[in-house]
Formats: sequence, structure tokens, C-alpha cells
Amino acid sequence: MSDLHSQTVAYSRDTMLPPVPPPRREAGAVRWLRENLFSGPLNIILTILAIWVLWLALRDVLPWAWRGIWNAGSISECRTIRDQLYGEGTSAACWAVIRARWQQLVFGFYPASELWRPPLALVVFLLAVLPILFADLPRRLLWLTAAAPFLIVWLLWGGPIWGPVAVALGFGLGWLAWRIVARAGGPLLGAVAAILVPVLYWIFVDAPLTAALARILPIGLTPVRSSDFGGFTLSIVIGLSGITLSLPLGILLALARRSEMFIISKVAVIYIEVIRGVPLIVWLLVAQVLLNYFLPSGTNFDILLRVIIMVTLFSSAYIAEVIRGGLAALPRGQYEAADALGLGYWQAMQLIVLPQALKISIPGIVNSFIGLFKDTTLVSIISLFDPMRMSSTIRATTEWGGIYWELYIFVAAVFFVFCFAMSRYSMWLEQRLERSHR
Amino acid sequence: MTIAAEPPRQGFRPSQLLQDSRYRGLTIQVIALALLLALIAFLVRNLVVNLAALGKDFDFGFLGNRAGYDINQALIPYTNNDSHARAALVGILNTLLVAALGCVTATVVGVLAGVLRLSKNWLVGRLMTVYVEAFRNVPLLLWIVLVYAVLSESTPAPAAFRGEDAQASRLFGLIAFTNRGTYIPWPVWGEGAGVLGIVLLLSIAAAIGWRIYARRRQEATGRPLPVLWVTLAILVLPFLVVFVLLGAPVTLDVPTVRETGIARFDGGVNVLNSLVALWIALALYTGAFIAEIVRAGILSVSKGQTEAAFALGLRPGRTMRLVILPQALRVIVPPLISQYLNLTKNTSLAVAVGYADVRATLGGVTMNQTGRELESILLLGLFYLIVSLIISGVLNVYNQRIALKER
Repeated sequence: MSDLHSQTVAYSRDTMLPPVPPPRREAGAVRWLRENLFSGPLNIILTILAIWVLWLALRDVLPWAWRGIWNAGSISECRTIRDQLYGEGTSAACWAVIRARWQQLVFGFYPASELWRPPLALVVFLLAVLPILFADLPRRLLWLTAAAPFLIVWLLWGGPIWGPVAVALGFGLGWLAWRIVARAGGPLLGAVAAILVPVLYWIFVDAPLTAALARILPIGLTPVRSSDFGGFTLSIVIGLSGITLSLPLGILLALARRSEMFIISKVAVIYIEVIRGVPLIVWLLVAQVLLNYFLPSGTNFDILLRVIIMVTLFSSAYIAEVIRGGLAALPRGQYEAADALGLGYWQAMQLIVLPQALKISIPGIVNSFIGLFKDTTLVSIISLFDPMRMSSTIRATTEWGGIYWELYIFVAAVFFVFCFAMSRYSMWLEQRLERSHR
Repeated sequence: MTIAAEPPRQGFRPSQLLQDSRYRGLTIQVIALALLLALIAFLVRNLVVNLAALGKDFDFGFLGNRAGYDINQALIPYTNNDSHARAALVGILNTLLVAALGCVTATVVGVLAGVLRLSKNWLVGRLMTVYVEAFRNVPLLLWIVLVYAVLSESTPAPAAFRGEDAQASRLFGLIAFTNRGTYIPWPVWGEGAGVLGIVLLLSIAAAIGWRIYARRRQEATGRPLPVLWVTLAILVLPFLVVFVLLGAPVTLDVPTVRETGIARFDGGVNVLNSLVALWIALALYTGAFIAEIVRAGILSVSKGQTEAAFALGLRPGRTMRLVILPQALRVIVPPLISQYLNLTKNTSLAVAVGYADVRATLGGVTMNQTGRELESILLLGLFYLIVSLIISGVLNVYNQRIALKER
């Protein structure tokens, strides 16, 4: 400090005052309440309204759920226990129905001795998608991913193992044909061979080969009919197959729609608009009653398979639109840079365009997946036993006739957990893939 | 001056169809078209063969035949002696009715919830988050069935409205929710109601005229005129005056329960529980999605815009109306319209509660009675397709109008 300055200052404190705690109104819970709930007249009114709404919603529901009875064999037993515990006519939930019938709600009519198979199939599915979702895992796991579809189909539907193995063999043959012919005659001929060889194999060799193998080495599981699928197993089977199959199809459709080739882009536009313009229920109706008209007479394949195909086609149109948005959001410079590097169309798409476009469209894709999973409940309308229809079936039995809310709440809760988890995962993924703010 | 050397012109060689990227696209398209045509031909051939095997033909003549079934809600006169075509029309009108009701309600619910979700009030914000997440993550079908169950299981029977000390009471003394449907009051047009209508039309015209005059004057002189209050006065005052002078030509027919005999309501209009359930469920479900759209739209306008508007001396109301909303709407409206489209398509879930929409008449009873699956489903799909093309047409026009005009 300069001398001049020190002379002009009359008094200078040489010790710090201890910090004083903030006033009571400005600290802790009081402050939080004041800022978040009672900061102004409007806010106070809103708070009171909110509390009133909460009270209205919860005053009956919470005691009802809390008093719930978990051990009973039927709804009349439930009512007897309730009358003993809380007095005549008190409202109390009867959660016992979920304890008694959870197996049906989760597995439908799947044979009781084979109940280990659907969960195992789910585990296989999760293991198979792991190497796709997390890039740091060893690449060797992709072999499991390739084998998983056949393994899952075999686990779920049972029968001799040779059916799926023989079908898988077709894909192996296709790959072999591609390797051999592409080296000799160029990629286009290779692609033709890679399609032609397996198709011929599936038409002519597959069935006799399966039969012969099954006769020589009868390894297999008890076959399960599609009509025995039900409950959440059905929802998850339809939902997950729809999700996994519609993503690649949706990517192809989006690329086709943005293609410069006139015919291809117009076909894609018509397909997407027609599919999106008509509700899923109508498409399921088509799958149920109309598909047989368009197939060679005598073909009658499984209703579950038809539904899966329909759901896949339906969802792929929605995913195509989401991905098209991602492709359009990509700056033109990215496409031009790919061209400038001399990359071909597929190389440019695979290495430059799609990784970025897909990243942009993650929220939309996951939203479509959530929508698809929720839409699996619509199959109840074409008489498949999804959780909704399963609950009506349970309600129609003599033991549980007249039970309403418990089943709905259970089904809603399970759906909520699945869909909420998916949406949180997408938010997490979005943040993880965010590169712009590093 | 140099003359650019022309590249050596070679004749077209067939191998260019595969190797030259200028021509390869053509080859691929021709192959794709051929495959597509082959597929279509295959499907059509199967169709012809199958129809012939079943002894069916492809004919829309059944639409003129007598339908022979009743529909529990018809907006146009309909009896079971009318044709299938009229039954389909009744269904179409029912679909459009619930779609229109749903869209309006969903917009109101969604805008409210979206704005409230951004509120600084912690409790309200959380409550709205719970609402949005609950509806977005649970299937619509479940909500429809659940609301229907609430309406038909936990509402009182008409008998409960009887007597001085009735167990149940009408909402605002007007609307009665019963397990037999909701009874709402309906206006009765008395003598002189036409005059009232003319007065209303005239005052609407006057209000529009006042707004135009006010804007012109503000543009000319810079002085704003009061618009809101004057408009309200023009709309309400003449109407009230004429209403009183004519001696109340329009009265409300309020539903009342019969005190003796079988308990049922007289007067008013009975709205089916299936319609109310579908309406409420669709509105709340779509409202949750609209809430997210509104929230995203408001958040998308950067805070600098508000600050700039304040710096220019605009008051909060005008800031919202002149600066924030126009920019937010640009983000909000396109997804909002596609939500309307979704809602319209979702009305097809009416079948779960037995509401007679077009899927239930044309794609339900008519189809099962006549065995004309192909024709019915084709018409059904066509109807939905036309509605959705109209809605997306509106969307495209809007998008073109608001597109940023870049230099």
C-alpha cells in the first residue's frame, strides 16, 4: 500500500469477521419451499390446486392398495378375508390374483414343464445384442449374435434342432457362394449367386435334409404351438422380433426414399405413406383375414408369424421416416466429403453418413420402438392372448370373476417399466454419443 | 485461345450398364421394377386363383344391400333397413366425431400440461412429469379399457340421482355421469332463435372488422387500440341484450331422472360411455405427447429472444405473443399435426369398448355379414389413407408457409 493511501484511510480492519449464517427464511427447507412452492400468488394457487388434485387421486387409491390382500385362492376368499380384517365393505385390493395367475400373465399357455425356455431365449437375445450395443466387447461374441436367431426360434417353438440348423446352413451357403463367385466374377454376380444359391437350397434340399437328420439324430425339445404363446412372452416375442427386423428394413427404406433413382424412391415413398396412413389394427386385420388370399392356395402359415411380419413391415415405415429425418439433418458437406474421398455409395453410407445419421435419429428410433412395444397389445383384437386379453380371460374364470383394477395395474406397471427403461436408455445413449461439446 | 479437346467419343458398350455409374442406376432400377412387377403379378394371380376357388368375386355391389344391423350411435338418421354404404357412412362420421373431439381436448390438455411442466412450481412440475410419463409409457388400449371400466364400474346408476338427498349429483347441476352413459344438457331452439343466431353472426363480423381497423390504425399512427376487451364486448353485449329482449328463446334441456318407475333420465342427450371413454383416453394419451412437443417448442426459443424483447421495452404479455410464440409455433405445429394424425388413426381402437366407428361397422359387422373381406378392408384402408393424406397435405402447406426464407 502506498504511503499516501495509508494516510487517507482513517480506519482499517485487520481481522476478518466470522461468516454469519444466512437468515432463517433464506436457508434450508424454508427457502426451498418459498422458492419452489410459494414464490407468488399464482404459485401459491397452483400449489394448493396440485395438493388438492393429489388428494383427490390418492385418498381412495392408496388405502385400497395398501390394504391389499396377497394370499387368497379366489375373489370370494379375498372378500371374506377383507371383511374379517377391515370390516364389511371396506375397499381393499385383491393382489392375490397376481400371485395366483402371474404365470399365465407372463407365459400364457406355455407348457408348465417348459417354462425355463422363454427366459433362456430372452437371455440369449440379450447376450446377442450386447456386442452390438457395447463396442468394447470382444468381436468374437458376434458369432453368438449370428447364431442367436436360430437358437431363440428353436428354444421358443421347440421341435428337432435340425430345422433351424438346416435353415442356418442356407445362410452359410449364401455366404460361401458370395465369397467364391464375387472373387471370380465381380460383386454383382456374387450378390446374385448369394441370393440364388440359398433360395434354391431352401426350396429343394432343406426339408428332406431336416427330415433325414431328425431321423438319424433325434435331438429336440417338446414342440410348442404358437397358440400357446401368451401374456408378456407374446408381447416380448412380437416386440423384440419387430424391433430387430424393422431397423435394417427401415434403414434400407430411408436410403431408398432419398435415392436419386426415380423408380426406387417413388416405390419407397408409396410404401411408407400407405403403411403410415392406415392404422395398425387394419394391417393386423389384413394379416388375419386377407393374407391368405394373396398366397398360393394351400399355404397356411402361423398367425403369430403373420403378425410378426405385419408388425415389422408397419414399424419399418415409421423407422424409415425417423432415419430420413436424420439423413436430412446431416450437413451436405458430409456427403460431398465422402464423394471427394472417392468412396462408393455403400462405403460412403456405411462409413460416413449412416453412423452420424443414426446417432441423430436415436431418440426417434427408440420412440418408435416404444410405440411398437406398446402396440403389441393390439394383437388382442385379432384374438391372440396378449396381457390385455389374458387379463380378460382370467376375469372370465369363476375364481376371479369381477376383478378389475388389480390386473390392469399389474399389466400397466410392467409395460411402464419396460418403456420407461427404454426411454431412459436412449437418453443415456444420446448423451454418450454426443461429440459436439467436447 | 485453346480449344478444349473433346474426350474421345466411344460408342455405347453394354458393359457400361454394369460398370459405369452413369448407367448402372438405370440397370438397377429396371431390375427392381421387373422384380416388383413380378411380385405384384404373383400376388394378383394368387388372388384370382383363390377367389375363384372360393367362388367369390370382386364386387362392391354389396354396399347397396340392406345392412340389417343396428348401430348404437348414429349422427345421421339410420335404421337397420338402410344400406351397408350408409352404415359405413355412420361409422365414418362416428370416427370423425371422436377424432375431432379428441384433437381439441388433447390440444388443450397438452398445452396446459406442457406449460405447467415448465412451471417453477416444483410440485406442479413433478405432477405433470408423472402424468406425461404415465401416459406415454403405457399402451393406449389399456388406458381406453381402464377409462371405460372407471366409467361403467365406478359411476352411479341412474337410480342414485333420485330424491332430495340423492347419493349422486350432477356436475354443476347439468351433467350426469352414470353407468348408462353420460347425460348432457342440450339447447332447445325456441321462437326467435334465428334472430339470435343472426345477431351472433353480425357481432362476429363486427369484431373482426374492429380488429382490422385497430391494426390499420396502429400501422398508420403507431397508437394501439384496445382489442381484447372491445372484441369481448362486441361479442357478448348485443347477444345478451337480444337474448333478454326476446325473452330467452334458447333454453337448455337439462337431463332429469324419473322419480318413479324405472330409473332413467329424461331430456338432454345421452352420450355413450364408450364414446366418453374413447374421448377421454385419446385426449389424455395424445395430450401427454403434445405436452412434450409444447415443452420442447418453448425451450427451443433461446433466452436471448426474451431478453432482447425486454430490452426493446416490450411487456411480458407482448413478448410472449409477438416474439416467443411465433418462433415456438414453428417448432410446435408440425409434430402437433402429426399427433392429430396419430389420434385419428388411434380411434380405430374403438373396437375395444364397442364404439361404432368405421372399423366396427364397415370393417366389423358388414365384413363378417357379407364375407367381403377384401372389399371391406380395401375401403377401410382407403378411408384412413385419405384422411391421413389430407392431414399431411395441410402439414406440408403449413411447412412451406413458415419455412425460413433464406437468401
